[in-house]
Amino acid sequence: MNILVSVKRVPLTGGKITLTEDERAIQTRHLGFTVSPHEECAAEEAIRLVEQHGGESVVLTLGPAEAEEQLRDMMAIGIDRGIHLVTDGEEWDPQATAAAILAAIGEDGTSYDLLLFGNESADAGNYQVAIRVAHALGLPCVTGVKAISVDGNTLRCEQEVPGGRDVYEVPMPAVVTVKEGINLPRYPSVPGRMRAKRKPLAGAAPAWSESKLEMRRLLLPEGSSKQAEVLGTGADAAPAVVQILQELGVM
Amino acid sequence: MATLVFIENADDELSQQAVAFARGLGDGVAAVAIQDAAGYAPAAWAQTLVDLAEQRSATAVVGPGTDRGNEVMAHVAAKLGQPMAANCTSVSPGDPATVIRMRWGGSLLEEAAIHGSPLLMTSAAHAVAAEPIADTETVPVTASASAADRVARVVERIPASTGGVSLADADVVVSGGRGVGSAEGFAIIEELAELLGGAVGCSRAVTSAGWRPHSDQVGQTGTKVSPEIYIACGISGATQHMAGCKGAKRLLAINPDGEASIFAAADYAVIGDLHEVVPAISAEIRKVRA
Repeated sequence: MNILVSVKRVPLTGGKITLTEDERAIQTRHLGFTVSPHEECAAEEAIRLVEQHGGESVVLTLGPAEAEEQLRDMMAIGIDRGIHLVTDGEEWDPQATAAAILAAIGEDGTSYDLLLFGNESADAGNYQVAIRVAHALGLPCVTGVKAISVDGNTLRCEQEVPGGRDVYEVPMPAVVTVKEGINLPRYPSVPGRMRAKRKPLAGAAPAWSESKLEMRRLLLPEGSSKQAEVLGTGADAAPAVVQILQELGVM
Repeated sequence: MATLVFIENADDELSQQAVAFARGLGDGVAAVAIQDAAGYAPAAWAQTLVDLAEQRSATAVVGPGTDRGNEVMAHVAAKLGQPMAANCTSVSPGDPATVIRMRWGGSLLEEAAIHGSPLLMTSAAHAVAAEPIADTETVPVTASASAADRVARVVERIPASTGGVSLADADVVVSGGRGVGSAEGFAIIEELAELLGGAVGCSRAVTSAGWRPHSDQVGQTGTKVSPEIYIACGISGATQHMAGCKGAKRLLAINPDGEASIFAAADYAVIGDLHEVVPAISAEIRKVRA
């Protein structure tokens, strides 16, 4: 089965987010970057499905030139090839992102059995790119999936819901969004990293279209800083901790 | 003005919040409860809302900031070819309407303009207080039967295994981070959680290392918790983690690094090594109870 996984490059934010002067981006001068967590699991799932059922796994991203790092990372853990839709670094809204992915799928010419996405990106969290792609292609879409199994041409997907798991069975081709926890992504090996350098990477520069969901500025939430009451240092703090637990009625 | 609000059910707190949120757009709010004997089918439910929005000339359609709310509203947006803003904390009507919405699981906010009609949004969890839906017109409708929209539908429900305290509902969560050091190191975390009748949680660093299952992970990509007290042991306080525990009423942080960012979000602080502090707390609880 042929699988396309769409991923997004996001900063590793650490403990405190600071904004750029124009308040339109996170200050990333001192930050590393990674693949958004749900999407890293989508790539791992694609690799496992291809290992079991054969076919080809392809990773796609829409992002700045530097996002090649994330495509190579995913190829280092086993994805076969990459497609890089290069932007100038400006964030694309969900409709424009979906349109660019759709155009790339048409251009690529591969007949994909499964289009995998993360349930939502770690940064923008718009929850909709995959659904827009599915709708445009007339394909069924299952979201928030924590387990996938293949039976012939049918995908069985389990989605976590309050009180258990909902099961969907859809024919391929299909669109599925996954959540972290569906698997534990492997780490790239040194030979894997060497191989990734030679794997095919196709590039395209889609034309920017005006955002219909237009980000104007970023804001840090208020009241996120408290003055903690220091109960003590080391094991000597235990009686003070237990007193607090008693006051809170959780003893 | 007519605003439709997709509700999961009348008793659902986040659906009630979505109704309260929608009132910010003006009068004429109707809650839509979709009946579907054949099982949840997201695209079909979206088609039901699209049809109703057309019949009523709705100027806005709002959903709750839940997995299902975001999913159904994204299908509505795809069908109508309109923008959709997920997890909004406020909305100001206008042309274009502007919203404040959550990014990074709420660690960052965004002001955005929505250039579309009808306005399509979901309301972020706990951004506004819930209001009883009884005061609002409720429209019961049967889900669209369109076969193309029912290809992806729930065919089976696997109930969660019972036993133990669920992380999402626990009154006490004792959570361990990278500072725990190993899978075996969680024995003292488990001991304290058990003494308090609570659940064990962990950070993403811990699940990535394979020390605990992902079902224990508290965070933006894990479980969101809201205990009476959250005891964070050896957790630095990355935004990824804080997005999962910000609903805790009280936060106690145990960390040897007094500069750790977790302390900026904590109500109580113990400066120290969790391997000494946690067993000492367990011993003290036993002593007090004896």
